[in-house]
Amino acid sequence: MALVLNQEQDMLRESALQFMKERAPVSQLRALRDKRSDDGFARETWASFAEMGFTGALVPEEFGGLGLGAVEAGAIMEAIGRNLTAVPFFSTAVLGASLLARHGSAAQKERCLAAIAGGELLVALAVDESAKHRPEKVALRADQDGGGYVLRGEKVFVVDGHVADRLIVSARTGEGVTLFLVDGAAAGVRRERSILVDAHNAARIVFDGVRVDPDAVIGEPGQGAALLEGVFDIGRTALAAELLGIAEEAFERTVGYLKERRQFGQIIGEFQALQHRASTLYTDIEITRALVLGAQQALDAGAPNAAALVSAAKARAGTTATTAVQEGVQMHGGIGMTDEFEIGFFMKRARVVEELLGDARFHADRWARLSAY
Amino acid sequence: MDELLAFRQEVRAWLEAYCPPEMRVPMAGDDEITWGGRNMAFKFEAQRTWLARMAEKGWTVPEWPVEYGGGGLTREQAKVLRQEMASLGCRVPLQSFGIWMLGPALLKYGSEEQKREHLPPIARGEIRWCQGYSEPNAGSDLASLQTRAEDRGDHFVVNGQKVWTSYADKADWIFCLVRTDPTASKHTGISFVLFDMATPGVSTRPITLISGKSPFCETFFDDVRVEKRNLVGELNGGWTIAKYLLTHERDMIGAMGEVAAPPRLGQFAVQAIGLDASGKLDEPVLRTDIARFEIDEVAFRLLLERSGDLARQGKVHPAFSSVLKFYGAELNKRRYELLMAAGGSTALEWEGERSHGGEVAREWLRAKANSIEGGTSEVQLNVISKRILGLPGA
Repeated sequence: MALVLNQEQDMLRESALQFMKERAPVSQLRALRDKRSDDGFARETWASFAEMGFTGALVPEEFGGLGLGAVEAGAIMEAIGRNLTAVPFFSTAVLGASLLARHGSAAQKERCLAAIAGGELLVALAVDESAKHRPEKVALRADQDGGGYVLRGEKVFVVDGHVADRLIVSARTGEGVTLFLVDGAAAGVRRERSILVDAHNAARIVFDGVRVDPDAVIGEPGQGAALLEGVFDIGRTALAAELLGIAEEAFERTVGYLKERRQFGQIIGEFQALQHRASTLYTDIEITRALVLGAQQALDAGAPNAAALVSAAKARAGTTATTAVQEGVQMHGGIGMTDEFEIGFFMKRARVVEELLGDARFHADRWARLSAY
Repeated sequence: MDELLAFRQEVRAWLEAYCPPEMRVPMAGDDEITWGGRNMAFKFEAQRTWLARMAEKGWTVPEWPVEYGGGGLTREQAKVLRQEMASLGCRVPLQSFGIWMLGPALLKYGSEEQKREHLPPIARGEIRWCQGYSEPNAGSDLASLQTRAEDRGDHFVVNGQKVWTSYADKADWIFCLVRTDPTASKHTGISFVLFDMATPGVSTRPITLISGKSPFCETFFDDVRVEKRNLVGELNGGWTIAKYLLTHERDMIGAMGEVAAPPRLGQFAVQAIGLDASGKLDEPVLRTDIARFEIDEVAFRLLLERSGDLARQGKVHPAFSSVLKFYGAELNKRRYELLMAAGGSTALEWEGERSHGGEVAREWLRAKANSIEGGTSEVQLNVISKRILGLPGA
């Protein structure tokens, strides 16, 4: 397969870019932040996402979705990254939809997938319990009780957990780690919204004796870790695409500024010290773009090296975006430090996305493990 | 698609039948490379046989037209041939600057007579070429070269000095940039000429490098007679050809993506250092450095593949080869720094059987030239700034 987008993918990418730019640009995120929106995203934007078909990108066609893959989800995530669009796309349409479509029971799929595609149901994945992504460390317990289970424990950094209608929770059972589909409004679920540095939202969620039926289990008891691994990789690839979008946008804005800002009687883009840094960053972005697409294609093809490429992509995209936003603020100088100017928003978002589902160090370590050293 | 599959089967069958077993094992060292030329000393008979068989098929230069000694293959077919050779472990039958550089230049800019005279001997490995570009005062600023060619009616007389001429002491002919109009601006007074290294007045002196090897020479021209029919392209139009060749040289890195990947650094380190009880490399910080390097390496290989795919669709920026040259060179330098770190004190050996004559250390030092030759990394960054990013005054 050629390492380029095909015509349909290219069209999807273009329409996603245009849509985000017109309907959900950085100014929307700023407005949501400034008015302290309860949801942290605009419901009408999410409704438009559904009209565009974006919400159902990864939902199979039989449930009203588009049945697309990682390349297409990546095209939408890249556009989200370029515009810092605040929507529950990653939590619901990427993680939630993938996990339920792949591993949900017939009843779970029936209840959730069409509603996700329709933009009517929000889902959040509650897996992390500590400050760093360590999905294997699960202390939250699910004890069998009268045919069902009782969940006790706490999750952190649950993206869109404050608004999710359903939570997918990893819990320790006798068999190992088991996944549960839990109603966000169930008795005993206590949600504390965490307003994050990037003005996007996550939640700390306490499960204080939450009772669920046996059919709340996703897959088989004890299978949770294995099921999550595959879905994490879909999520990590999507995050790599978002980071690529952040890096591209920060870079383009910075190069634009280098061409107009004058100091010492000349355009600052004439200074070789800045030119070489800009060109190095351009190169970093190009290798990241190739790697992210390679990982997406490998994932869609079910290639044996897909997991390693996904970790490579998440790690490299994180590093590239981190460099791009730092260079962006530095090269903008004083104005880059102001809240009024948008470049700082990219720096904040990149920091959060870098942390989601494992930072560059986590993924360098995983690459090494997968490479047997 | 079926035709390509049939071609693949045909190629595979032919390679299995005609590639000698000795030519299907990795080379033990640089001295087993077949460079061709009048003075070629074959180390084994199989090397000679393999070259002769491949040359007869035109597969030493698979994409060149048949009438000039090539195989007349399409890009896709040539890729299939390279892939099949790689999968059977077949050695490249012939490597040369004639194949990589002069050939493409003559195919684009040479006269019919020049193509017929020079291309077939390159394809057969009979004539070995060297490149006369850099001069003591014209390195990164190549266009300021001073070697002069004076017009004497039916011929030129060349005087001057070149430096960093790869294997000039072993080459039969040279393709050379010379100044034919000293009054013109520096880019417009240059011509591209060809001459025999055996011509009276040509002398060479090998330069010993920090690696202890001497792949480069200083080359001196003292009243060297060059026939006018050996001028390629227009008089004073040599810079166009030089630029084309520089781009081509940078693109050559691109072909690396399709040949066998170099051994994984992580596995080399495991051999050298070993694993700890948890199965991780027993040097935790080096392990992270290596993982980050390998991630960049796989990303770069994908970039090479992607830029090849984009080029086939005509969608690649003409200056993109500078991106590949810059990143590839810096990456290779990092690889050798990490190889040295992984090898520790054993990698420091300079002589002796155990280290194959200090192979790792010498390759480490050799790699330092990657970001200097063919345009320094700084020059590549200038090119990216100006031509791709459109920054002013670069």
